[in-house]
Amino acid sequence: MEIERPAMAGTLESSDCQVTVEPGDGRIDFTLESAVINQYGNQIRKVVFETLSHLGVDNIKISMVDKGALDCTIKARVEAAVSRSMDQFVNALWGGAFE
Amino acid sequence: MINLVKKRLRRTMMFLNAQKPGLIKDPYIYRPDSIILDLEDAVAENQKDAARFSLYHALKEIDYRGCERVVRINGLDTPYWQEDIRCAVAGGCDAIRIPKVECPKDVHRVEEEILKAEKDFGMPEGMILIMAAIESARGVMKALDICEASDRLFGIALSGGDYTKDLQTRITGTGIELMGARQNLIIAARAAKVQCFDTVYTNLDDMEGFQRDVETIHLMGFDGKSIVNPRQIPIVHDIFTPSGKDIIFAEKVVREIEEKKEMGIGVFTVDGKMIDIAFYDGARRTIELAKASGVYKGDL
Amino acid sequence: MINAVGREIPEEILKITGKEPFKGNHYFDGYEYKKDGPSTRCVINSEGSKLVENIHEVLVKCGIQDGMTLGFHHHFRDGDYVVNMVMEEIHNMGIKDITICASSLGKAHDKLVEFIEDGTITNIQSSGVRGKIGRAISEGKLKGLAVMRSHGGRVRAIETGEVRIDIAFIGSPTCDDYGNCRGIGGKSDCGVLSYSMVDADYADKVVAITDCLVPFPNFPAHISMTKVDYVVVVDEIGNPDKIATGAAKPTTDMRKLMMADYCTQFVVNTPYFKDGFSYQTGVGGASIASTISLSKIMKERNIRMKFGVGGLTKPMCDLLENNQVDALLDTQDFDLNAVESVINPKHFRISAGEYADPFNKGAVVNKLDFVILAALEVDVNFNCNVVVGSDGIITGAQGGHPDTAAGAKCTIVIAPLLQGRIPAICTDVTTVTTPGESIDVVITDYGIAINPRRQDLIDAMKNVDLPFKTIEELRDIAFSIVGEPERVQFDDKVVGIIEGRDGTVMDVVRKIKKFEFSGE
Repeated sequence: MEIERPAMAGTLESSDCQVTVEPGDGRIDFTLESAVINQYGNQIRKVVFETLSHLGVDNIKISMVDKGALDCTIKARVEAAVSRSMDQFVNALWGGAFE
Repeated sequence: MINLVKKRLRRTMMFLNAQKPGLIKDPYIYRPDSIILDLEDAVAENQKDAARFSLYHALKEIDYRGCERVVRINGLDTPYWQEDIRCAVAGGCDAIRIPKVECPKDVHRVEEEILKAEKDFGMPEGMILIMAAIESARGVMKALDICEASDRLFGIALSGGDYTKDLQTRITGTGIELMGARQNLIIAARAAKVQCFDTVYTNLDDMEGFQRDVETIHLMGFDGKSIVNPRQIPIVHDIFTPSGKDIIFAEKVVREIEEKKEMGIGVFTVDGKMIDIAFYDGARRTIELAKASGVYKGDL
Repeated sequence: MINAVGREIPEEILKITGKEPFKGNHYFDGYEYKKDGPSTRCVINSEGSKLVENIHEVLVKCGIQDGMTLGFHHHFRDGDYVVNMVMEEIHNMGIKDITICASSLGKAHDKLVEFIEDGTITNIQSSGVRGKIGRAISEGKLKGLAVMRSHGGRVRAIETGEVRIDIAFIGSPTCDDYGNCRGIGGKSDCGVLSYSMVDADYADKVVAITDCLVPFPNFPAHISMTKVDYVVVVDEIGNPDKIATGAAKPTTDMRKLMMADYCTQFVVNTPYFKDGFSYQTGVGGASIASTISLSKIMKERNIRMKFGVGGLTKPMCDLLENNQVDALLDTQDFDLNAVESVINPKHFRISAGEYADPFNKGAVVNKLDFVILAALEVDVNFNCNVVVGSDGIITGAQGGHPDTAAGAKCTIVIAPLLQGRIPAICTDVTTVTTPGESIDVVITDYGIAINPRRQDLIDAMKNVDLPFKTIEELRDIAFSIVGEPERVQFDDKVVGIIEGRDGTVMDVVRKIKKFEFSGE
């Protein structure tokens, strides 16, 4: 699964996170800005990487501004951003990857 | 297969924007009976896709501690509703709320999609329930047919904002513009033996007006009310929960009727009120409601 | 060395400060010592005035030099101008190596950061360092150790001679030309001057700074002329809008109302809730809502409060107005209602020492029945963190937290279970301010936990319909929602100590470290 164009999902509201994705340069390039980075920085990175792996994405530039989002919100925002970065409309398999 | 939780306590159904993580992460703290995760009006056009991802993961991961999870899908006149249903079913929601229902066919179309999705995602078929929101004059006129359109349908709700626009009037706060719809819907719902829910009250500065509104629909026979703010919940629960006096009276009625039946007596008085067999069901219902609300300490 | 709340106190810190590690609340009970009085310069002439032209002149007269310790109070809170005015002048005079011993510092004092960075200020002793000062200390910019004390602890430190204040500056809403200070009657009223009373008694030089000079005698004096060396008149000692705010409106937030309701229900079901009880509460939305609903129940059950203490706000003063309490003991006035209530004959001013000092012959906190407090974090041993934020930066203030918690018969902490994604209930607090032995009940929006040490309270609540849980259950609920947090990583360098009321070391604060992903 390749990222075709830059895309964004999420907001900067409390408990949300804003995710921006762009085509990568051969690896997963992840940057994180978060008010809770000390306590949850590693957990957030884990969830992001797992979500990308589940989607079959290993080449992406992804940055996140987090305002205390829970894991389910992080997954949702990453998936939404990746889905928006695809050229054609994708059918989410809901539980699987995109087709 | 009929869903065993078709009939349950639904005094309060709280609307939540599926796109607002801060709101959907722990609404159960306010103890509404049901929550309505909204993909329709609360979500902007260009966020409909993101809202689905938020909904799916919220349903899968957040423990809502006993609150029923209803998903309001987009209208059947949009390109979104089928994917909304797939997402909600895959996430494992409890019910789907269909907006702007005007005829039984609307319900059938949704039911078809739900069944397809249940099959696709390996869910037990028939498990997901349906509720229909009536938002127009035509919908009100067709209420009985809508109520009987599906075994999955547990109830109908009035959506006052769009309905009053259709009537070419507006929400006044007095309730006069909603009279006809409210009366029709509760009658249709009872005839079809399903539940009936009243529309939202949006003026949060007028809690007294809200209280009067809820007392009115309670007396009309409604099962519950749509909620837009947690502050409204205790007021509704208070009015819809039988009081100590009500419970004691209901217990007396049930016991007396059963006793008098043995003795062959059909009509008698309890606390000065004339009682006959017709009062039995209502009294039993009061006790069941008290039990469900957690306030019943008797042994009937 | 591990102290009584399980915190590692580096030997070096104990050596530098000469302090012992915390050994329990009552370790010093019965301890005897001699107080260390100030030097006093007699004034026998009939010049009849102590007025000095300006701050520069008064600093010269007081003999300001490098390395001195200066005292300030925080009755003007975020509206204070005094500290900045004095320090600006000291800086301009080229003085260095100053120790600030303030009752508290806050956002109004962000300007001091530049004086920390250039060595004008090398030591800070305060109840709290909110705002940029806290960040600067956490970043290691202060040359010496920051010492965080409670209100009671500050009085102790001064009276035992552990801290000698060379010059104390007392911002006074009104003052006469001979130094009689009052907290009311001017244009920047703060009501009371409780925190500066110990400075007036023990500092070698005392300077009153006022923006409202009144004719002699300014009686009854809150601080007597006999303790004041000089008086300086300036244009403004503070911003009145920020000194005494308008009364906070009762909260409409459902969560806070729920917690307030739990709090009230808990209080009325304890054996201490009877006619003649005493009570102290804070300024949080939930605390205020709880006080208001408590007053309703007091009315219904015909129960009167004997005295209220604080940190006063409108709801407490209303109790006095409505004759539901016999007396208010005032250490600080947060809003206009409280300031205006000071003239009520049943509204008594008390000094910080009378309020909370553990090293005198017995203070008000020891007579308190209930205190309602907040906290940033509480751990499963009921230890509270009130000072260090979840990002490791010093951000709050001890205030009277450890003092009231230690003294009160029933100490209640109200905190929402989750503050954003951070669990307020955790396994170990980032830094201990108040030891668990002082905390009796924790009330969250998810349930109430009673300290297992208090079997009597657990028994009293046997038939009460409230959502009781163990503190571990509350923590587990928090973790199940937000995930278990990792601990904040700190640098090794100690930048400050959390001092217990009795002068022992409760915990240390270390320099913050920039976050790095693990395994990189």
